[in-house]
Amino acid sequence: MFDNVWLIPLFPLIGFLINGLFGKKIKNEAVIGGIGTLMIFLSFLVSCGILMQMIGLPPEQRVFEKVLFPWIHSGNFKADMAFLVDPLSVIMIMVVTGVGSLIHLYSIGYMHGEEGFYRFFAYLNLFCMSMLLLVLGSNMLVMFIGWEGVGLCSYLLIGYYFHKKSAGDAAKKAFVMNRVGDFGFLIGLFTLYWWFGSNHNIWTVNFVEIKAASHLLPYSGVVTFATLCFFVGATGKSAQIPLFTWLPDAMEGPTPVSALIHAATMVTAGVYMIGRMSFVFVKSPETMMVIAVVGAATAIFAATIGTAQNDIKRVLAYSTVSQLGFMFLAMGVGAFSAGIFHLMTHAFFKACLFLGSGSVIHSMHHALHKIHAHDDAQDMRNMGGLRKAMPITFLTFLVSTIAISGIPGFSGFFSKDEILWMAFANPYHGNLNIVLWAIGAIAACFTAFYMFRLVFMTFFGECRINPKAKGYLHESPLVITIPLMVLGTLAAVGGYLGMPKILGMLPNYFEHWLDPVFELANEYGSTYAHHGAHPSHAIEWGLMGLSVVIALVGIAIAFTMYVKNTELPGKFVATFPTLHRVVYNKWYVDELYDYIFVNPCKAFGQFLWKGFDVLVIDGVVNGVANVVMGFSGIFRYLQSGLIYNYAFSMVLGVVVMLGYFIFK
Amino acid sequence: MENLNSYLIVSAILFTIGTIGVLTRKNVIVIFMCIELMLNAVNLTFVAFSRYLGNLDGQVFVFFIMTVAAAEAAVGLALIIAFFNNKESIDVEDINIMKW
Amino acid sequence: MSNVLSLTTFLPILGVLLLLFIPKDSKGVLRNVTLAVTVVTFLVSLIILNGFQTNAEFQFVENVPWIAAGPFVMRYNIGIDGISLWLVILTTFIMPIAVLSTYTAVEEKVKEYMICLLLLETGMLGAFISLDLFLFYIFWEVMLIPMYFMIGIWGGKNKIYAAVKFFIYTMVGSLLMLVALVYLYFQGLNAGITDFGLLHFFSLKLDMATQIWLFLAFAFAFAIKVPMFPLHTWLPDAHTEAPTAGSVILAAVLLKMGTYGYVRFAIPLFPEAAHKFAPLIATLAVIGIIYAALVAMVQEDVKKLVAYSSVAHLGFVMLGVFAFNVEGISGGMLQMINHGISTGALFLIVGFIYERRHTRLITDFGGLSKQMPIFATVFMIVTFSSVGLPGTNGFVGEFLILLGAFESQLRWWTIIATSGVILSAVYMLWVFQRVMFGELDNPKNQKLPDLNAREIAIMVPLLVMIFFMGLYPKPFIDKMDPAIKKLVAQIRVSSVNASVIPSPNQTMMPTGNPGSSMPAGHQVESAPAGHPAAEAPAAPHGAPAVNPHEQK
Repeated sequence: MFDNVWLIPLFPLIGFLINGLFGKKIKNEAVIGGIGTLMIFLSFLVSCGILMQMIGLPPEQRVFEKVLFPWIHSGNFKADMAFLVDPLSVIMIMVVTGVGSLIHLYSIGYMHGEEGFYRFFAYLNLFCMSMLLLVLGSNMLVMFIGWEGVGLCSYLLIGYYFHKKSAGDAAKKAFVMNRVGDFGFLIGLFTLYWWFGSNHNIWTVNFVEIKAASHLLPYSGVVTFATLCFFVGATGKSAQIPLFTWLPDAMEGPTPVSALIHAATMVTAGVYMIGRMSFVFVKSPETMMVIAVVGAATAIFAATIGTAQNDIKRVLAYSTVSQLGFMFLAMGVGAFSAGIFHLMTHAFFKACLFLGSGSVIHSMHHALHKIHAHDDAQDMRNMGGLRKAMPITFLTFLVSTIAISGIPGFSGFFSKDEILWMAFANPYHGNLNIVLWAIGAIAACFTAFYMFRLVFMTFFGECRINPKAKGYLHESPLVITIPLMVLGTLAAVGGYLGMPKILGMLPNYFEHWLDPVFELANEYGSTYAHHGAHPSHAIEWGLMGLSVVIALVGIAIAFTMYVKNTELPGKFVATFPTLHRVVYNKWYVDELYDYIFVNPCKAFGQFLWKGFDVLVIDGVVNGVANVVMGFSGIFRYLQSGLIYNYAFSMVLGVVVMLGYFIFK
Repeated sequence: MENLNSYLIVSAILFTIGTIGVLTRKNVIVIFMCIELMLNAVNLTFVAFSRYLGNLDGQVFVFFIMTVAAAEAAVGLALIIAFFNNKESIDVEDINIMKW
Repeated sequence: MSNVLSLTTFLPILGVLLLLFIPKDSKGVLRNVTLAVTVVTFLVSLIILNGFQTNAEFQFVENVPWIAAGPFVMRYNIGIDGISLWLVILTTFIMPIAVLSTYTAVEEKVKEYMICLLLLETGMLGAFISLDLFLFYIFWEVMLIPMYFMIGIWGGKNKIYAAVKFFIYTMVGSLLMLVALVYLYFQGLNAGITDFGLLHFFSLKLDMATQIWLFLAFAFAFAIKVPMFPLHTWLPDAHTEAPTAGSVILAAVLLKMGTYGYVRFAIPLFPEAAHKFAPLIATLAVIGIIYAALVAMVQEDVKKLVAYSSVAHLGFVMLGVFAFNVEGISGGMLQMINHGISTGALFLIVGFIYERRHTRLITDFGGLSKQMPIFATVFMIVTFSSVGLPGTNGFVGEFLILLGAFESQLRWWTIIATSGVILSAVYMLWVFQRVMFGELDNPKNQKLPDLNAREIAIMVPLLVMIFFMGLYPKPFIDKMDPAIKKLVAQIRVSSVNASVIPSPNQTMMPTGNPGSSMPAGHQVESAPAGHPAAEAPAAPHGAPAVNPHEQK
């Protein structure tokens, strides 16, 4: 089965080619959607097969590399088109193909009747292929194909409604910001490659080989430089500070895209990449600190913005940014398997949330369309009380919200708690730990608040939709609700795979599974000085309780403000107008970037073109020409153009020459 | 070959007539004929000297000149015709575009 | 089949003779015959590709006496190795496409146009295969004339200015090169070299001062052709005014003459001087990358934008070539081909919309995706190839260049150059967005027909190459690899000879700072010019270029 790993990205590629080349002629939505969904489902089946086989193997044999064909070989450099099957990549392919299949299925219903239906499925398949390449690549270069490939698909899918200027802008912004990250990735790759090559004559970009040689890497120094560059790459892809602004804008794309790309898979690529190279990252405590701090800062920062947004998808987008911050926090404190675990549970509940919001938008849009109203179908101020009209959507949405808020028993609790605990008890950051934990906990409180705010505004209270449209609100069709139910279930129970040891009811399957991958990183990490201060079980219980309380507080505030006492938000805004305006406008980060980077860049370009290229360089060039022309302007009068003038001067010349010879 | 001088004098007179003709006439065809006159004056000098010095080189040159003159006449007349087609004139004063 | 190389080169001339017998009014026949000639040339060049042995030697060599005038002995000496092979194939590959693109674009003086195209092909091929310096110079100049006419006769509004600018710019460089060439020849005569054969001169030992002057002359000529900042201003004008086929050939092949000139002549002939000037040239290349990208970003004319993007791409090529290692030079060579394909394709694309709308201003377009879906797809693929997306050809070249340059002493330059990948995405995507996305609100755009069969036929080979070279570049790299290895060895041997002081910390590279060899790089720049090679100032630049692995 391992040998057939290449089939996994191949199936979506086939789907892409069929739909991309012939989709326009096929026309039939069921066929197009069916092909797209079937292809990714086939990948899912192969992935299951690989998972089964891997479970049957002893942990130390769970690494397999499949070389498909040689790709770039030049000089010392060698990169093959090759896939790496190990516990980490298996988890990722399971998530990508599993969630991917559900979202494909969902899209058949959601995208029904859209112009360019085939285009959507072609792109979606292409995305899956790129994402699978990303997670399966056995060297940095194959990973980089996927890395940029998902960026491309994200570009295509965000710009799906290309006639809207905002969609085009958002697509471009996403790609360019990702490119900033890619720049970092490349530099990191070069540095690592060069360092290994020039110092140890190991010329490789292969993960397995780097891992085998990672003991040669020094602590800090060049590793810090390389890993920080890689981290820049991760911030671009995973929308962390400072490169996070593209993700909320990316909500211009259709909702399934937001669910698949901007929640479940692509944006987690940065986390995956750090996990993949954990053995390099842990060698640099500085980088680990930067990752942890950036992650925590992003978690809280995005969470604050999420509290003030009214667009249902934007709230979820900021929530995603915030949750990704949690994952980075996990990576930064060396809780690699917890980070990956959160990645998985987040894929379940966030995909479910996005799809649920899609279901709501779909219904809203439909109802508003019926009465020809042009109200915003995504604005939560137009919603309310939808739980009666859409019971399945409501239920799955609620389960996922509970999961993300960290209520015990649901998946988000297990993963988030593990991260917070590790933030407190990791050996890396000394006194900073308590700060990291506190920020994480506050962010969790915010998370519970804005998520329940969303639920209350959407599903509870008075129905604020245009009264005429009210009767048209209805539950979405099965093709939409089935994925919701599956994901909702996973969001509820997925956490039991990775129960914290302290709860002790089930073993932490997840961590054991990933042990072979992160063993080495943990070993390197264990050499840090802060190691040994091992807090007691009592503290762990206490912190766990505290985080639950914090989440409940968040929910309680949301309940007071948006269900019991609905004037409160208005009063709050009236009391702190500046604060609200700043938060509502996302702390003016976009404007800041425009002011610092975009506008000066354009102005500088204009200056270089009009000022330097045209004035200076061409000025010199044309200046030389003009000087020559000036001289010839004087001499041109010798050329009268009249033949007899020329003839006369010839005769004159002959006479003078003869005279010279005769009289000399 | 007693009186080489008389040949040379005739030749010089012809050459001068030709030169003056080239410089003063306005009709291109007449100018052209004057040029031929100058060429033939030179030819005469060549033949005279050839005979006088007993060396055939001069006569060989004359053949060259005649050939070239024939070619030149062909090209020149063709140019004149082309020019006439364009400007409806063979007045030399109208040929004034040979400048920058 | 021993003279298949000559056959390829002069087939277009035979085509010209054929064209002379076709009346100028039968435009269809003229076009088809020209197309047939270029296709046959391409097919013949495939014989070369097929017969090419993967080794470092020159192959298909023909060496016969040509001109012997006094001390000057020129021979008809041609041959190809892995470095020129792909450029020859690129030329023959692009030509049919260029010809096909003129079917509706050129309606006036078709015969003359086709003759120009074919003459140009011979000139370009000849320059790539010449192994005799003088023969190279002849072909180098031969290329200039048809291009001059193509811009000057079939160009746009400001064609005379552009044509003259193109001609004079290039001519200034070529004349300097000619002087250097003659001087070099006399140096060779003193050392016992009897003709202009390029290979003889590789072993010529020149002192540093001579090398510097000769290198500068050659480098200047090639830098204009590349074009490198700040000698690039002829390019946007020439490109904007030239007809589509002219732009395609100019971008795809003619610019490669400059970079090829560095690889084939300037660097191996004067390796010490090349090492000495590497930091300077790399600086100019990097400035070119960033500068051209910024300027491209604010262009209003699509074609000018593409022209500036060429400057940026060729900056990458120069950076790779001056890394002096296998990865860098292979990347540079690949990028030359890639640039030929993707920028050629971009110019064709601009030509398509220009033929339909007779404008190239970005603001005149918008929302074309809706009206022209096939065009949109093609444009998008080419855009991403130009941006260097992995999986397309652009990535492989760019990546190897940056990797190679990073390994060499040009590390900091590389980091700045890499930021060019961000800027290239900015300007390409921005223009794509403004042309293709948005509302289709201009009434003139609402009835535009999508690509027709001929236009698709033009683009398909290019698209195939974009993906083929992106996904499986091995055959390309493999064929050029031995020749590049030989070149690298050749220029390294000389530089090691020049270096007297071994690098003090060679075995123990400092681990902390990735730019550890930076101070050495600066020393090179400040070293006084004109010192003999054996003296110490030449040493510091030699040492950092020697990577430990290269001494194994």
